[in-house]
Amino acid sequence: MSATRVAVLRFPGTLDHQSAARAVQGVGAEPVFTHHEDTALPTGTHAVVIPGGFSYGDHLRPGALASRTPIMGAVKDHAKAGGKVLGICNGFQILCESGLLPGVLRPNASLSFICRQADLEVADAGTPWTGGRGAGEVLSIPFKHHDGAWFGTPGEARVVLRYKGENPNGSIDKIAGISNLAGNVMGLMPHPEEAQEPLLGSTDGRVLFAALIA
Amino acid sequence: MGESGKPLYEELGLLATEYDRVVQLMGREPTDPELVMFSLMWSEHCSYKHSKPLLKGFPTTGPRVVMGPGENAGAVDVGDGLAIVFKVESHNHPSAVEPFQGAATGVGGIVRDIIAVGATPIALLDSLRFGTLDSARSRFLFRRAVEGIGHYGNCIGIPNVGGEVQFDDRYEDSCLVNAMCVGVVPHHKILSCAAKGIGNRLVLIGNRTGRDGIGGASVLASAELGDDDADKRPSVQVGDPFTERKLMDLCQALNDADLLVALQDLGAAGLTSAASEMASRGGVGLAIDLDRVPLREQGLAPGEVLVSESQERMLAIVEPAKMDAVVEMARRHELDATDIGEVTGTGELEALWRGEEVVRIPSLYLTDDVPFYDVPRDPAPAPAAIDLSTVPEPDDLSAAWLALLGDPNVASKRWIFQQYDQLVGAGTMRRPGGDAGVVRIPGTNRAVAVTLDCAEWHTEIDPYAGGMASVLEAARNVACTGAVPIAATDCLNYANPEKGSTGWRLAESIRGMADALTAIDAPIVSGNVSLYNESPRGPIYPTPVVGVVGLLDDAATSIGSAFHHHDDAILLIGYGEPRVDASRYLGRCDGAPTAPEPARDAALFRLLAECARQRLLKSAHDVSEGGLAVALAESCINGDVGGQVAIPAGRRADEAMFGEGGGRVIASCDPRHVADVAALAGEGVHVVQVGAVGGDDVVIDAGSSTARVSLREAAQVWEGSIPQALEAQ
Repeated sequence: MSATRVAVLRFPGTLDHQSAARAVQGVGAEPVFTHHEDTALPTGTHAVVIPGGFSYGDHLRPGALASRTPIMGAVKDHAKAGGKVLGICNGFQILCESGLLPGVLRPNASLSFICRQADLEVADAGTPWTGGRGAGEVLSIPFKHHDGAWFGTPGEARVVLRYKGENPNGSIDKIAGISNLAGNVMGLMPHPEEAQEPLLGSTDGRVLFAALIA
Repeated sequence: MGESGKPLYEELGLLATEYDRVVQLMGREPTDPELVMFSLMWSEHCSYKHSKPLLKGFPTTGPRVVMGPGENAGAVDVGDGLAIVFKVESHNHPSAVEPFQGAATGVGGIVRDIIAVGATPIALLDSLRFGTLDSARSRFLFRRAVEGIGHYGNCIGIPNVGGEVQFDDRYEDSCLVNAMCVGVVPHHKILSCAAKGIGNRLVLIGNRTGRDGIGGASVLASAELGDDDADKRPSVQVGDPFTERKLMDLCQALNDADLLVALQDLGAAGLTSAASEMASRGGVGLAIDLDRVPLREQGLAPGEVLVSESQERMLAIVEPAKMDAVVEMARRHELDATDIGEVTGTGELEALWRGEEVVRIPSLYLTDDVPFYDVPRDPAPAPAAIDLSTVPEPDDLSAAWLALLGDPNVASKRWIFQQYDQLVGAGTMRRPGGDAGVVRIPGTNRAVAVTLDCAEWHTEIDPYAGGMASVLEAARNVACTGAVPIAATDCLNYANPEKGSTGWRLAESIRGMADALTAIDAPIVSGNVSLYNESPRGPIYPTPVVGVVGLLDDAATSIGSAFHHHDDAILLIGYGEPRVDASRYLGRCDGAPTAPEPARDAALFRLLAECARQRLLKSAHDVSEGGLAVALAESCINGDVGGQVAIPAGRRADEAMFGEGGGRVIASCDPRHVADVAALAGEGVHVVQVGAVGGDDVVIDAGSSTARVSLREAAQVWEGSIPQALEAQ
């Protein structure tokens, strides 16, 4: 039997497609790079990853232009049918811009780009995205962004991950990642694809990719 | 005549003798576009006319060298059919005029050098010099240059894994921004810039050409800065990292599909420099139709098109049969690829404009027939050692230690590297903040350790020894990760070589660098020279920034700078007596620092690499600015654990703690492995157990004197220094 297919979207300016694809392979699935001008997801797509980067150079607003590309129509259909979608960093911004997740990502309170390792606390343990970790359990995953402060109404989403300790970017309620109410669409600012092996400092990012095929 | 009433050649920065040489070579008066081209290609920035004769002293060959200096970047073999490609370059003058764009386009330029070789960039580093942070202008330059580097590097998706910064009055008006890029490429995919194949097409790829950066190489980069610098702002280019990322992806795709004969980036002097380098290197001519160059704005004169420094452009040679495929691939990457001319057999650079020939110059005139100059070599007086009795002994060694940790030159550089994406590509194994960045070579279990360093105070005082020290400090940083230093790149930032002792310092420091590089078997494979870093306030220190690349055969064996476990033994490894001369502790560039001994450093590097291979050490950290006390505190802070050591007081306790010099490393290991480490040490390398990891304090006993700081307070001072200095006003 062939491996489960996971579409890894690629827009002009996407940067993390290779590492996201390796993380997809790491959980035994088959990554398929998918071009932004395509109007359909690859045949047999089980789940979608929208990796990080600077799609369209962050022109207009981060994620704004990418959210209006042809492939996002197919992603919306996939999500409506209950398919899983994981948006990381710029992918999270694209999901918010496209309306698949509520809220917006505002510039960090410091108004500067911040890159560092973070402890993330599992808030809502009931979604598939944290692999059965209990509420309050901690995942060590790095984040790096300039526009990562989620702003919106927490009740419109499920708060999956919160920054533990100091709020690094001024997001509402220390939110690091949310899913839609149905739980099949997940967006987070930290980068689980960069927490995949001990030599990189953490393996805690694996649960989010494992959730794609769970 | 030019607009000022002076002859045009003089306005363009050429000497009368140089103009006569142009006329003599050409056998006629040059056209205006031709004269503009000569003025740029013969500028110091493009021709190295004051430094090239001296650079011949560098070792540039060795069994690992795949491509040495002269190409866009150097390349060394790292096994598995792969080569590591790297180069460091300056963007000092533009950054002094407009720090954000100056620094950003500095990153863009060095990345294109790596792309031009066919390589995939895997790491960025930067070396910075500014005035002290009590100056509002220096704070502005520093803040904006860091933002510019982050803006560009983050957006193109190359991890920034290391670098260094120093603050000193000497850089108040002449800041330095040096950027290094490291890439990887299979040997058989390495591209040369040599144009080949008569009838092949000359293809301009990427951004459209505008009026930005006209004359940047001559007006900005080859003259001292003065009061009218604001007028030079239009000579600073504006960067677009999004286009650079597309360009990077496109060039890689074109190379993967074997669609390129040669590739060259457009940097200083734009099309002129790129085309003449490609022609000269390939021994061919190039005919350019300027009307086909896609323009961003109308009304550019032919000379402007030829020397525009618009960013994010590359020049390629393509076989005619492959043109359609190249254009189609560019379209898919949302970029222009335009056929602007062809390879000819004449050896001449020709340019047509509105159907008329406006340029016809044998390309070698531009690239090789440059007038070279010997720099005056007036030695500065020999340094005298500091009389220690004239240095007041501090009442409170602990307070002196904390003050040193709070010196922005010593303190944590987190404020800088936190603004850089250190991780993109998921290959960064040792992040900034340690001795060197460690990045996996993609698709392998190997890794490279990379760093930039410089010992400018030492170089000012004793340029031969300082050149050596610059090489050895950089190499020692790399060696501390367990990697074997295999090759180097250099960026020689100096003042006006025609004045004072600068020429002598340039020559002597190159000699010192060369001797040290030979001793540690690390050839120079690429480099850059930036002269005239001088303002009415005076010259900068001679600043030979050295980038060293080291190789780890097993990425999992790399060593970090942080202590790990309570009760681990703390070792002092290496050689040399600490001295207060030219130390951060003394706080001034004065005295006679301990001379480096490259052979002993080479032995130290072998020991560290072997310890890594056998996994004997848990940490290793170079003793540099601030001496043993600062190195110890940093290993403690980074590991969030205390430590206690006892050392001999030597001449005086403060000198033993804070003195600098020699090649020393603070390491830690399981107490059971101390004897194993000592047994591996070669001649001239001492291994001494000086203490143990543990506790909540960092403590040094030197003879009968004790200095003690709490881990928490040391961390607060060390981490808080730069942010506080920036927020102060």
